[in-house]
Amino acid sequence: METLLQQILNGLVVGSVYALVALGYTMVYGILGLINFAHGEVLMIGALSALTTITALMGVAPELPPLMLLGAGLLVAIPTCMTVAFLMERLAYRRLRGAPRLAPLITAIGVSFLLQTVAMIVWGRNYHTFPQLISTTPIQPIEGVFISPVQISIIVVSALLMFALVTLVNRTRLGRAMRATAENHRVAALMGVDVNRIIALTFVLGAALAAVAGVMFASNYGIAHYAMGFMPGLKAFTAAVLGGIGNLAGAMLGGIVLGLVEAVGAGYIEDFTFGFLNSSYQDIFAFVILGAVLIFRPTGLLGERVSDRA
Amino acid sequence: MIRLLEARAISKFFGGLTALSEVSLTINKGEVYGLIGPNGAGKTTLFNVLTGAYVPDEGEFVFDGTELPTGKPHVVVEQGIARTFQNIRLFRDMTALENVMAGHHIRTRATIWGILTQNRRTREEERLTTERAFELLRYVGIEQFARTVSKNLSYGDQRRLEIARALATEPRLLALDEPAAGMNATETGRLRELIERIRADGTTVLLIEHDVKLVMGLCDRIAVLDFGKKIAEDVPAAVQRDPAVVEAYLGGGHHAQ
Amino acid sequence: MNELAELVPYLGKHKPRAARAVVILIALVAPLIAILFGRTWVRVLDFALLYMMLALGLNLVVGFAGLLDLGYIAFYAVGAYTWAFLASPHFAEAFPAFAAGIGAADGIHLPFWLVLPVGAALAALAGIILGFPVLRLRGDYLAIVTLGFGEIVRIFMNNLNYPINITNGPQGINLLDSMNLFGWDLARSIKLAGFKIDSLFFYYYFFLLCVVGSILFIQRLQISRVGRAWAAMRDDELAAKAIGINIRNMKLLAFSLGATFGGVAGGLFGAFQGFVSPESFSLMESIAVLVMVVFGGMGNIAGAVVGALILTALPEILRHIALPLQQALFGQVVLDPEVLRMLLYSLAMILMMLLRPKGLIPAHARYSRPEFVAAGEARA
Repeated sequence: METLLQQILNGLVVGSVYALVALGYTMVYGILGLINFAHGEVLMIGALSALTTITALMGVAPELPPLMLLGAGLLVAIPTCMTVAFLMERLAYRRLRGAPRLAPLITAIGVSFLLQTVAMIVWGRNYHTFPQLISTTPIQPIEGVFISPVQISIIVVSALLMFALVTLVNRTRLGRAMRATAENHRVAALMGVDVNRIIALTFVLGAALAAVAGVMFASNYGIAHYAMGFMPGLKAFTAAVLGGIGNLAGAMLGGIVLGLVEAVGAGYIEDFTFGFLNSSYQDIFAFVILGAVLIFRPTGLLGERVSDRA
Repeated sequence: MIRLLEARAISKFFGGLTALSEVSLTINKGEVYGLIGPNGAGKTTLFNVLTGAYVPDEGEFVFDGTELPTGKPHVVVEQGIARTFQNIRLFRDMTALENVMAGHHIRTRATIWGILTQNRRTREEERLTTERAFELLRYVGIEQFARTVSKNLSYGDQRRLEIARALATEPRLLALDEPAAGMNATETGRLRELIERIRADGTTVLLIEHDVKLVMGLCDRIAVLDFGKKIAEDVPAAVQRDPAVVEAYLGGGHHAQ
Repeated sequence: MNELAELVPYLGKHKPRAARAVVILIALVAPLIAILFGRTWVRVLDFALLYMMLALGLNLVVGFAGLLDLGYIAFYAVGAYTWAFLASPHFAEAFPAFAAGIGAADGIHLPFWLVLPVGAALAALAGIILGFPVLRLRGDYLAIVTLGFGEIVRIFMNNLNYPINITNGPQGINLLDSMNLFGWDLARSIKLAGFKIDSLFFYYYFFLLCVVGSILFIQRLQISRVGRAWAAMRDDELAAKAIGINIRNMKLLAFSLGATFGGVAGGLFGAFQGFVSPESFSLMESIAVLVMVVFGGMGNIAGAVVGALILTALPEILRHIALPLQQALFGQVVLDPEVLRMLLYSLAMILMMLLRPKGLIPAHARYSRPEFVAAGEARA
């Protein structure tokens, strides 16, 4: 029982990171019908730029309290990621609106690999140790179940950010413009919405969330490197599809569910397959879920808000 | 008179909307059968259900004595029903000739092995397909554009090409969805001649059309749909006088085409 | 071979016969020129031919049938691992007792004419296994699911050394048999009248033969009822259904035929390289083949050939120019060859889509036999 509880807790932690990243996928898909393949790389840029900032600050002012260091890391990571996302929309995706159907996706794959390569040039190929500024020493709220302060903060921060985003989309003028644009670009434009601005803003917002997710991810595992964004990116996309792509609540639900399935599944896969498969197959869950959802329930758990697009 | 197609109480719902409500009709061999009705009356839905693009919720089609499968467009074509689309749908990057050749797909048998070795049978079949495609282009009057990529054809010629492609499937029933839409008077006149020739050559025609003059002049019998229901079925002259039809087109809440 | 004539810009249009002759001549003498710069370059050409086969196969799926497959390298892996399993000592190492029992104490060593078809068939089967579930997916979703398929295959390659050692895990399998054409071992250099003929040449001409065979087959496919059905399905699926094309069968055919080329290329790769490991079949490799197709021009045989050639050779050329250049300029290597290759590929993908989406050689593919069309016009 304790093991199961422990795995659920672990799943919740990873799941909230997936959920944050999934929001970026789902917002862009909702508004452009584009799978922004490079969104996972934004997470990576967030983690690595925070790492550089923190390392530099620690060199200059080692007496700064850890939380302030982390804050400074975020303060650099968030605008950096927003700029990267803004540039990719402006320079690549914007020109491809209305291009033949495969072109934007192929471009997005290109952007993804380009960002990885650039990160490789800037930060090298090696794994970097990410300073764990929030304690990773687990506490025991229940006998036999462990959770660390960093994990608690991941859950709390994710929840706060998701709440903020949902409020922004549902309760503000800006959010209304975003929803209108997602519904229909032309009509939104006729209603006086600056569609280009809204689309750029969607990218930038998603990037901010990914930046935070990246810093949290790296803080949790204590590691950052140039390819760290790829798998979480794919999984977050899976989460978005699982919840119903284009649907904010769905992305969050999908993230949590995927995190739980992975954590619990990894714990029990050996028992289920009679020892044939072990936890090194953990990554397969996401792909199997992705395939299964797309094939059997393409609208996801909560339904797709955006209509079919070729 | 021999029955070719029988629709038996076809119904189709989209969510809460009834697109077709127990529509029954009979098309006889060798006739031009018109299907008219105000916008949104369910004409194109009937086409889609007939040709297997949609699955009907109730009812069935009997074609030449056998029941048609639902939701299997390629089987329907094989049985001998071909269609065109209201908004032309050609294969843009193929030439006119190749569009028609593609239409012959279902009547050809070449295997991967035959294609790899280019054996006699495969080559002969390919030669016949090409020849037949030229004949059909000539038949609809656009053979001079055989090598033209279809997206570069004029609007009227694209319509003709789509008909030629449908004929290449060797149908016994040709279903045309508003073939005269967007045509001027001359083009419509030529279209009328073409449809008459198709009928004379033994293919039955099912025609959705808004051009009342064309329908009345061309069709042997006409069915009128309104709100998914068949409200009349008769020879043109009788349909024109039918009070229910007049009501559907002129009176009522919605407005005439 | 009209497609090949297009490779020579001016001649292709006006003197297709001469153009074809030029292309064939270049293909025949290429390794002889390459050797002047060193063995490495012949090796690069050998790999370029393998990538051509992959690009031709992927082009069948992406370019002809319009199905964006991001896991294509999985089929290459199936072919390579089939070779590794059926033509190396691995079997005996993995199952010593069983191998000794069936008289294969030093592993299974089947001849190429058996292993290549088995690999191709297994790859085709994998293509169908992938194809079935994804039949109804639209373009972008299909891409992601095929990517997942490729990753799943890679995860299995990495982990299937336990509980039964099939793939030998991340270390991969060593000591694969080389290509042996009925007693002639392609991996052995031959001394002839004082000249040493390098084994890389033998592989070159053998691979060239395979590529030419592939091109002929694919070209025949393109101008057949199958090629037209694929193009129809790619251009407008609804209209393709309306003329009676069985979409399911045609998609499965595209997946399995495309996979077949991957499987054959994989077997050749295993024999040529002598070892296989999961590293050679990463997502980056799937993307690399896709870039070749996109760069050359989707739906275009000549495009796949040129794309594969340029994008295999260019990173090597860059390696030889850029490394000494960086040494001279900065006194150290800033961009290592792998980085250069990724940079080149990702930029090629983005810039091509933005500036020249139809590729270097835009497809003006024909789907009919020219001589029959000419005959038809003559009658008119």
